[in-house]
Amino acid sequence: MNAPLSHVEVMRSQLGRARGLGAGGSGVGHWWAERVSAASLLPLSTWFIVQMFRLGGADHKDVVSWGGKPINATMLTALIITTFYHAQLGLQVIVDDYVHGKAHLPTRILVKIGTSLIGLLGVFAVIKLVATASSRKS
Amino acid sequence: MVELTLPRNSVIGKGKTYSAPAGAKNVKTFRVYRWSPEDGKNPVVDSYELDLDTIGPMVLDAIIHIKNDVDPTLTFRRSCREGICGSCAMNIDGENTLACLKPIKDIKGDVRIYPLPHMPVVKDLVPNLEGAYAQLRSIEPWMKSDSAPPPDAERKQSIEERAKLDGMWECILCFCCTTSCPSYWWNGDRYLGPAVLLAAYRWIADSRDEHTGDRLDELEDTFKLYACRTIMNCTQTCPKGLNPAKAIGKIKELQIERKA
Repeated sequence: MNAPLSHVEVMRSQLGRARGLGAGGSGVGHWWAERVSAASLLPLSTWFIVQMFRLGGADHKDVVSWGGKPINATMLTALIITTFYHAQLGLQVIVDDYVHGKAHLPTRILVKIGTSLIGLLGVFAVIKLVATASSRKS
Repeated sequence: MVELTLPRNSVIGKGKTYSAPAGAKNVKTFRVYRWSPEDGKNPVVDSYELDLDTIGPMVLDAIIHIKNDVDPTLTFRRSCREGICGSCAMNIDGENTLACLKPIKDIKGDVRIYPLPHMPVVKDLVPNLEGAYAQLRSIEPWMKSDSAPPPDAERKQSIEERAKLDGMWECILCFCCTTSCPSYWWNGDRYLGPAVLLAAYRWIADSRDEHTGDRLDELEDTFKLYACRTIMNCTQTCPKGLNPAKAIGKIKELQIERKA
């Protein structure tokens, strides 16, 4: 702890503090995207759960040929991108709530990079699945 | 980062107990937060045992009785004693409300009375609301109109236009809602809080106001408006039965509508 200050540190008026840096002009897009992605995840997740039940007990070969079909690969990619996009938006909300001061912006960037990389990994796995499936056919 | 424990000088200690008068039959204990900026001590909770047969029905009657007859050092705000001035807003039995509208008989067990949460305390039950008042001023809660008013009459509104203001003009700015909101606790320096956003929407929804777009511009911000997480403590706690959460939802709807 620092020694107590001998003078008042902030003398700015309350109105000046309340107005702060003014409105940032953002937030609408984030709020709307959060809701749209949540709604899109409902059908995508339902589809995924149903497919996983249908594939229950299938071996590697069956899964590869399932994932190689254009519709399944498209749905999987959409699910992965939407999930991690939604996770990014949601985690940003948590960071905005609980991380203050100088750590705020770096944590926000970390969340963006982290969720994007994991999402990319998922997309790459689908590409690999499709590649394996098509190499088996030929 | 988040502080999980109270700072050392905020930890609440045990205070004095004022026993009930001899012969009292209907005794209830009032446990009241006490803190003075003058003695350099931590806050304490004093216990006052009161005879309910000798005082009025509301919590405000009890604390006025304490100040008049038991302990004149107790400090609190009050004025109208009928729920229209908003002065006696405090945290009673774990919920923000107006002491004058809260019947003592609605509270089971001891009556716990604290100042409005998460605001700087001036003394005892008096919170410092300067920041919240400045935030109210920052949304410019007055009519802004470029058209000249009729020279010999007031600006007119249809019955339908006037009806849109119901549920908003009744707000007395007691800040029970704002101080019950976790988003305001974490980001009160940037988030405007439910009371101020309700006031903002009151002017956005007013058919006579001509600066709706400017008002929406001023609210388009990650924190000022969008730090609202729809927790709805505001609506649950409002002693006037208003719905600030709905007003915030309407502002968010309009923000989408003007982009689409």
